[in-house]
Amino acid sequence: MLNFNPLLIIPELYMVALLAILFVQSISNRLKDFVGWVPLAALLGAVLAGFSPTSSEYMFYESYRIDGLSQFFKTIIFLGLAICAGNALRVTTLGKANRADYFFFMYMSTFGLLLLSSTVELFTIYISLELASFSLYILLPFRKNDPRAVEAAIKYVLFGAVATAIGLYGISYIMAVQHTTYINELITMQWTFSEQPLALIGLVLFLMAFLYKLALFPFHFWAPDVYQGASNETAAFAATLPKLGAIVVMVRLMAFAPGVEVTTILAIFAALSMTIGNLVALVQKDVKRLLGYSSVAHAGFIIMGLVAGGAYGLAAASYYALVYMVMNLTIFWVITRISQDGRNVYIADLKGLHSSSPLLAFVLAVAAFALVGLPPTAGFIGKLFLLNSAWEAGFQWLVVVAVINTALAIFYYLNLVRHAYTLDEITPSKIRITPAGASIALILALGVLYLGILPQNIFDFLVHASTVILS
Amino acid sequence: MLNTGFPVLSALILFPLVAAVVLFFLRGEQTIRVYTLVVSLIECILVLPLLGFDTTTAEFQFVERVAWIEAWNIYYYLGIDGISVLMILLTVLLFPICVLCSWKYIGKRVKEFHFCLLLMTTACIGIFSALDFILFYIFWEAMLIPMYLMIAVWGGPKRRYASLKFFIYTLTGSTLFLAAIVAFFINTGTFSIPELMEHRYTFQFQIWTFLAMALAFAIKVPMFPFHTWLPAAHVEAPTAGSVLLASILLKMGTYGFLRFSLPITPAASDFFAPLMITLGIISVIYGSFVALGQSDMKKLIAYSSVAHMGFVTLGIFVFVSRGMEGAIMHMVNHGIITGALFLMVGLIYERSHSREISENSGLSKHVPVYTSFLLLFTMAAFGFPGTNGFFSKLLVLLGVFEASYFLGVLFLFGLILGLAYLIRLMLNVGWGTPSKGAGWKDMNIREWIYLAPLGLLIIYLGVAPGRAMNFIGPSVENLLNNFEAERHLIIEPGLQPGPVIEQLIPGPILEQLQPGPSLEQLQPGPNIEDLRPGPILTSGYDSGCEIETGQKDEFAGPNLAKIQNNLLLKSKY
Repeated sequence: MLNFNPLLIIPELYMVALLAILFVQSISNRLKDFVGWVPLAALLGAVLAGFSPTSSEYMFYESYRIDGLSQFFKTIIFLGLAICAGNALRVTTLGKANRADYFFFMYMSTFGLLLLSSTVELFTIYISLELASFSLYILLPFRKNDPRAVEAAIKYVLFGAVATAIGLYGISYIMAVQHTTYINELITMQWTFSEQPLALIGLVLFLMAFLYKLALFPFHFWAPDVYQGASNETAAFAATLPKLGAIVVMVRLMAFAPGVEVTTILAIFAALSMTIGNLVALVQKDVKRLLGYSSVAHAGFIIMGLVAGGAYGLAAASYYALVYMVMNLTIFWVITRISQDGRNVYIADLKGLHSSSPLLAFVLAVAAFALVGLPPTAGFIGKLFLLNSAWEAGFQWLVVVAVINTALAIFYYLNLVRHAYTLDEITPSKIRITPAGASIALILALGVLYLGILPQNIFDFLVHASTVILS
Repeated sequence: MLNTGFPVLSALILFPLVAAVVLFFLRGEQTIRVYTLVVSLIECILVLPLLGFDTTTAEFQFVERVAWIEAWNIYYYLGIDGISVLMILLTVLLFPICVLCSWKYIGKRVKEFHFCLLLMTTACIGIFSALDFILFYIFWEAMLIPMYLMIAVWGGPKRRYASLKFFIYTLTGSTLFLAAIVAFFINTGTFSIPELMEHRYTFQFQIWTFLAMALAFAIKVPMFPFHTWLPAAHVEAPTAGSVLLASILLKMGTYGFLRFSLPITPAASDFFAPLMITLGIISVIYGSFVALGQSDMKKLIAYSSVAHMGFVTLGIFVFVSRGMEGAIMHMVNHGIITGALFLMVGLIYERSHSREISENSGLSKHVPVYTSFLLLFTMAAFGFPGTNGFFSKLLVLLGVFEASYFLGVLFLFGLILGLAYLIRLMLNVGWGTPSKGAGWKDMNIREWIYLAPLGLLIIYLGVAPGRAMNFIGPSVENLLNNFEAERHLIIEPGLQPGPVIEQLIPGPILEQLQPGPSLEQLQPGPNIEDLRPGPILTSGYDSGCEIETGQKDEFAGPNLAKIQNNLLLKSKY
């Protein structure tokens, strides 16, 4: 039944209101430039989502579900959006004329992600995914005087279209065999190869659409190009939030406890993704491209939690999603501060950061060590949870691959810190950074440390939320 | 377990951390130096309650335990026993010395340097007092960051290469250690080190976890094939960095063997002992030979560290109480002596701006006080009677001879080589020609202040080592008793553990086993009920994995139950 209860979807309604305002701004010449309120509005959205009820409720003929998991992801998506929007306020490679349009598409894409965290019916998931993707396709080429941005956007669109088409094709298999597209019914079905081979194939095909978003090997080709081609601020957005949307859907799908064939394939992809991502990142010179490959490696880590399954595995994956978002936003925040004129930042540009901006150097070090997975940062504790659940589920070899990958990864992350701390610029310069920019950088770094030192409450909440979706 | 009201260990760990945050707001190089010195002296006062350590028991003392991440059963769990207490005392003692020896040496980015120093202190004390595996690992890894920066920023000309090598080597070594920790957790459901010591593991499992842990420790020690990072790091590091590396960091490796390998994986330690002993002997002899050929003083001492840590490894893996006591004493003594020697090198470097022996020869004429100190420290390093080096080496020697005459002879050979390279250093620096050092100032008050305590300790521990030995005695005895009881105890996965233990262990040892908790856990009683439900048998799985549907929430118990189910199932079919 419809069961339309507006109180439950306050964050979404709020987002629609924001979109309406942005839409009006984008068609009015006088209001176009007035966008300073945008990040604060997103922050308010995070508050709304954070305090919304988390008891499990179905809406819209059981295609939409409010539960702990969805509200958690909505909160962190809003939080990430606030940071991304704050970052994008100073986009220098963006003409003033289309400022409001830029935010409109960014928020529209986020709206799609908000829907993704709650939708529990395959077609609705598919539509939400397209909503999120199409807005992002438009967002990527917003970069003046750089043909690489357009190239990146085209690559993303073409590959993305194919990936989602395959996902849609997967739905047809699932529907043909299981006769339903509702997750709450699908979860009660058999998902083993011996019982339902076609359904399992369908599930794998459907997952591909999301693996593509997550940039897992072998669907990772877009990530480095998009990161490098898009402007720094857009890359910060594209690198973090769409992945959250992919992760939340995969958490729901992996709750089916699909057969060992799927988990094994995914585990192999995860291992390859980590290894290849880290190996290729070793030789990168462009920091954003390096982060692109590092995100490929991190996708492998997140998959570890998903293949492990169970309340703890899914909670570990969700927790790592949060950690991943915060780490990446932190390092992208530093990159956008360093790149005063919006150029891409090369590793050599980090030289002498300790003298040109000690704070940014410190924040960069925290983020880099978190990305490696060194304690006491969030990266370590997040990985520990993943390793625990993977070993528990019997993926011992994957754990070993993962820890060896930490050793591979250390070189290129440490290289960032090494340039920032031990090398000096030939011509020393000061990086101007506003008090707001400095304080947000510090807050992000403290957030990375906080998630590493006191993960208890959030993780407990996630375990509870995953238990709910498993039942 | 002994508990006191005041959380001494937390105070020791957190005080430098808080001080480091405060440091951010200070200005002026001299202010920062004085501030850090005061912090280090307060730290020295804070450590005094540890002298009230109960020397009659092997139990963990000054225990603090607070739940940290309950979902994974991770605790903030601190405590010390005889093996760790001396290392903590040494760490705290070296802290003001490191501040003082960097007074003039560190000329740039003073604030960051002292920040790193404070973080190092926190991490080192944390490592030696953590009783939770995750807490330990956090300190173990976190220690790398300030140490890396210390070498990379304030080091010598090849500092970038050396620091990178140091970081990658040590981090790579400890990644598999993390996998081992996870494996232990999944097997037992706890990260608590004392509880893990009481569990028994299958031989296969012990082999793998031992190897994963030993790699991390062997790199830290460093043992022979993994030692190449050490000379590079030592030579390039600033004096304070070298002191911390030699005195504290290297000891973490051998501490790891004592704290984890022997008690938790006794059968594997027994199995791999010949390998470890061989590597230890190679470290001793190879390290000594290479040290003999060095012309750089720091490099010479660095290689001598490889040799000395080989002595310690030997002392541990002969599994004799004298050897082990000697090994622990030598960890402390080597920390004092080598720290002092690095300080001497740093001190003369400030005068001659060279670490080459040939640039610093014949100093006795012009800087006699310096030469006398150097003489004292080198004598202690090769173990002259009356110094602390003699005593601990003697104990290790006794232990090694007790284990095997052949090893003993090789060990003696190593000792003689040690004498050779140190005499060569001493003779050249003290009385070599040409005589350098005309017009150099002899030691000033600051240098006196930081060398005198080390000199006094060398003599005190050489003449009256009894009190320090009392600290470690009960713990070593306890460690060895437990080890002896379990070293040949091989639990095969397919057998029911109960009867095996009775068959293998003759009467008297059983009493030493502290059978309480583990035996109770091994009794199959409740698991039989778990076995009843049909699905396992019908679904055709013969592993217990299927049993645990819905059990994941209660984490502590089910893992164990799972294993036992496994055992029982296998024994049934």
